[in-house]
Amino acid sequence: MASIDSGGDGGHKKGPGVKKAKKLSTRVDMTPMVDLGFLLITFFVFTATMTTPTTMDLNMPKDITDPKDQTEVKESGVLTIMLGKGNQVYYYEGKLTVDATGNNFKQTTYKGIRQIIIDKKKDVISRHVHDDTCPKKQEAAKKKGDPDWENACKDRDFVVVIKPDQDATYSNTVDILDEMTINQVKTYAMVKILPQEYELIQATEKTNPNLK
Amino acid sequence: MPSVKIPKKSTDTDMTPFVDIAFLILSFFIMATKFKPPEIVPITTPGSVISQKLPENNAVMITVDSSNRVYFTVLSEKDKSKYNAVIQSLNSSRNLGLTPAEMANFSQTYMVGVPFGSLKQFLAMDTKTQEGIKQPGIPVMDSATNELVWWIGAAKQAFAGETLNYLIKGDGHSKYPAFEAIVSALKRNDEFKYNLVTSLDDVPSNSEFDKYNKRLKK
Repeated sequence: MASIDSGGDGGHKKGPGVKKAKKLSTRVDMTPMVDLGFLLITFFVFTATMTTPTTMDLNMPKDITDPKDQTEVKESGVLTIMLGKGNQVYYYEGKLTVDATGNNFKQTTYKGIRQIIIDKKKDVISRHVHDDTCPKKQEAAKKKGDPDWENACKDRDFVVVIKPDQDATYSNTVDILDEMTINQVKTYAMVKILPQEYELIQATEKTNPNLK
Repeated sequence: MPSVKIPKKSTDTDMTPFVDIAFLILSFFIMATKFKPPEIVPITTPGSVISQKLPENNAVMITVDSSNRVYFTVLSEKDKSKYNAVIQSLNSSRNLGLTPAEMANFSQTYMVGVPFGSLKQFLAMDTKTQEGIKQPGIPVMDSATNELVWWIGAAKQAFAGETLNYLIKGDGHSKYPAFEAIVSALKRNDEFKYNLVTSLDDVPSNSEFDKYNKRLKK
């Protein structure tokens, strides 16, 4: 080492001609490394898929050919919701009547339908009569861990029938199914729309200036 | 007067712990990140309040894009042999006349949206070319020529004895009839349980579902 002449020596000589090598600091400047680290972090944060897709279960019934197998529901507890063009919702309670005796075919939006479902549900619950089949239902709900098991039977007559038409979008369909979850409608079914109902919707759509 | 010497402190801070933390976070993100699968067709899924997780294995995904084109995907990262089983069963049931190389290519294909007539031609291309072309979609609208029925049937056969989830990933703007056609194709294969792929929405406060969730937490 002695051969290396570092030039400006401080003068701490230990012996004649012996020059101590300059002690270099072992500390490295970490700043670029930190820069790089955080750059990579930002990259990963941005590319990470934070919105994990979720899934909604949908159970469809088997197609029934025999009318005897069809489930019968009480007319007073049925709410039929039809989905039309331009995010419009049409609905009627019970049976559709559009004649001289009255018209129960109504129109609303996806925002408005929630209140209608809530009202109808309340209405059905208020007319509920406790009978022998109820304890069984309550017991079943209790077993499932439903904190609401006491009310499990009350809305059993409440049935929502969903009928999307040709112009309804998929997002409309999901929205209305979501509405079933939001309002805790236990019984609902997706059914093909009847030609008569579709005609009614089309007739209504023609009068709506917002829809082409 | 003796002068008081204030020792000059170095402005250099020790960066080491900083680096430690940075790389710790970095490694966390690398591990936790799952890259988005290549999206050949952009799909905007509608929102829903349900927060159920999506199954990623043992599933087939039926995608509908905004122009009502239907695509079919087999999701089986764990067991790659399923891809082969699906395409082989289709090859024999529909007499597609695919070569082994074309069938092997199927496992690389992310999504298939071509009618059986052009499937051979489609699988002969490499993945890059496949991504580049516009697929016409699997014919579903006419119940007599609903080819999705065969696709689902083949998948069902390949996954026989295992659970198979049916994911329907529809674009919010796709029309309902396409969805109905998919459901009818599934029904014809005696499958009645599906999962609709959605993105998470907030639960409206004070709704019945919100109250139910709160009661459930108690």
